[in-house]
Amino acid sequence: MQVFSIPKSMKENAKFTFCPGCDHGIAVRLVAELLDEMDLKEKTILAASIGCSVFLYDFLDIDSIEAPHGRAMAEATGVKRARPDKFVFTYQGDGDFASIGLAESTHAALRAENLTGICINNTTYGMTGGQHGPTTLIGQKTTTSPMGRFRETYGYPIRIAEHIALCEGTAFSARVALDTVPHINQAKKALRKAFQVQLDGLGYGFVEILSTCPTNWKMTPDEAHERVKNEMIPVFPLGIFKDVTDISE
Amino acid sequence: MAHIIIDETRCKSCFICVGTCPKGLIKKSDKVSKLGDNLVEFKDDKNECLGCAMCATRCPDMAITGVYK
Amino acid sequence: MESYSDKQLIKGNYAIAEAAVKAGCECYFGYPITPQTEIGEYLSQRMYDLKRGYVCAESELAAINMVIGAVSTGAKAMTSSSSCAVALMQEGLSYACADELPVVLVNVMRAGPGLGYIYPAQGDYYQAVYGGGNGDYKITVLAPSTVQECIDLTYRAFYLAQKWRNPTMILADGLLGQMMEPASYGEYPYPEIDNSSWALTGAKNREGRAIYSCARDEDKQNEHIRHLFRKYELIAKEDTDWEEFNTEDADIILIAFGSMTRNIKAAMKVLRAQGLKVGAFRPITLSPFPTNRLNQLADNVDRFITVEMNMGQMVNDVKLAVNGKAEVDLINRPVGQWLSVEEIVEGVKQIISKGVQYASI
Repeated sequence: MQVFSIPKSMKENAKFTFCPGCDHGIAVRLVAELLDEMDLKEKTILAASIGCSVFLYDFLDIDSIEAPHGRAMAEATGVKRARPDKFVFTYQGDGDFASIGLAESTHAALRAENLTGICINNTTYGMTGGQHGPTTLIGQKTTTSPMGRFRETYGYPIRIAEHIALCEGTAFSARVALDTVPHINQAKKALRKAFQVQLDGLGYGFVEILSTCPTNWKMTPDEAHERVKNEMIPVFPLGIFKDVTDISE
Repeated sequence: MAHIIIDETRCKSCFICVGTCPKGLIKKSDKVSKLGDNLVEFKDDKNECLGCAMCATRCPDMAITGVYK
Repeated sequence: MESYSDKQLIKGNYAIAEAAVKAGCECYFGYPITPQTEIGEYLSQRMYDLKRGYVCAESELAAINMVIGAVSTGAKAMTSSSSCAVALMQEGLSYACADELPVVLVNVMRAGPGLGYIYPAQGDYYQAVYGGGNGDYKITVLAPSTVQECIDLTYRAFYLAQKWRNPTMILADGLLGQMMEPASYGEYPYPEIDNSSWALTGAKNREGRAIYSCARDEDKQNEHIRHLFRKYELIAKEDTDWEEFNTEDADIILIAFGSMTRNIKAAMKVLRAQGLKVGAFRPITLSPFPTNRLNQLADNVDRFITVEMNMGQMVNDVKLAVNGKAEVDLINRPVGQWLSVEEIVEGVKQIISKGVQYASI
């Protein structure tokens, strides 16, 4: 019995153009698996973003519209308001979602848009070669913080999932990681929930995914996953920060 | 019989799968990709593969295109 | 016999807003800025009543991109703004041109540069016609001169945007936006355009469609830009629009766009009464510009005088069109009180008598 196969929502023969060992590929695959499992492919419209996430339309066999840097949530809003019966999501990096696009991301959540946001947090601007970004950790060396991020010049990183959870229109907000098999399974569960709240009309669903950038971190893929565990998760704790469907409280 | 299929044209030699297989059935291969990096190979002489799909779950490039249990 | 006109007294901004509704605009996204805020105010209630889309966007950046998202699905959508805030939308216009999306945008001009102020001006001719976004692109620009034209050209903007899959701007000004005149809506007069070949509707019974401008292949990008410019040539051929008055025997032709057209027509009459053979010309589409017609007229005209509420922007397009065949002069004021008929008449006389090429009033 075949227990794993390439999701049908992937384009035929599509190969990821990410660097070796980059977690983006896992995140995209999880999205594709959920589009299959939840039977969403035919009603999905993606608002694509800028950065390493830009080429999603090369990989996924779905309808998509590109957005200028940071504006994916605005475009997704436009799509959803025009066609409320469609399933609409964005897939953005931390720079796109939480730096240049923070206003769009936050206000989509505040408006309780029935949208799903996926944000890949790898603590750097990957596509441009590893610059300091909104989630760069204190002490982290990048090409624009070669001495390491320090408070006086660079301030502090943003905790995106907590920020989005604070918005009243958010139905679900979680942070997950892709460094281990259990974490990947949790990530898929969180993504499924973030998709489902949109389908149920409950509001904004959001998942922040801690991800690796071995190339710009100058690490092997295994070292990069160690860094997720030892350096990122202590600052960006995993968990669900808001879930309006949770009635256990 | 549990086994996996590896698509060598997708493999980018990150070797995440090598450290993931609980039975140590995936190893660096002598065969190289067109970029000159070592590929990986699946060797299961004693039929130890569980079909757990942990390798495929962690492979970022879907180079493990099929897992059979 | 009693006859009733279906004309009502309508303010320019409301005329644009209701015309958009009648044109079938399914979504409006906007951010307040004087002097166009009434458009969003009006549509907030109207779109709600009609169960159509309305969002008070968090910024003009968001507003234009919401329009892009909505029109990508085949819906008709619009945003409106003014001068310094239209500046924020230039990136979106560049994307919408590259992606060939039928965005409709209204600019009710105020004074600039910078924050400027809320009195009317025509300083955004360059911004509208030449744009502030990156790369080679052209949007279609329509400039109304009366409240009735606010309605007619809003209809036309939705039609041209759909017909050519190109962003289309209605370039009005604060005077027109705030002015009331008798006007009639009538019916949306244009056919609906089939967009099923490209609109995003979900990949059902077909492959996924991607609308994007990311151009990794140099040859394809060259071809895409050439394709866009072949399209712009077709727009120029089929949909360039202008008005002209008394040009048959004219020695001098006054040229203006937008609501300044009203004053050059009046000045033309005064000057004609004084024995000068003066005509008037008014581009309705600023982009595409009626270059060919002006060039033809230049064969028999001594002098073109543009009248603008800016430091002289359209005058350069007139010069390009005339291409040295006749004199091209300018009567202008940068912002504020519209040049009066008397001032224009005085300016024309100064230019004729002194041979100056520049009569700044």
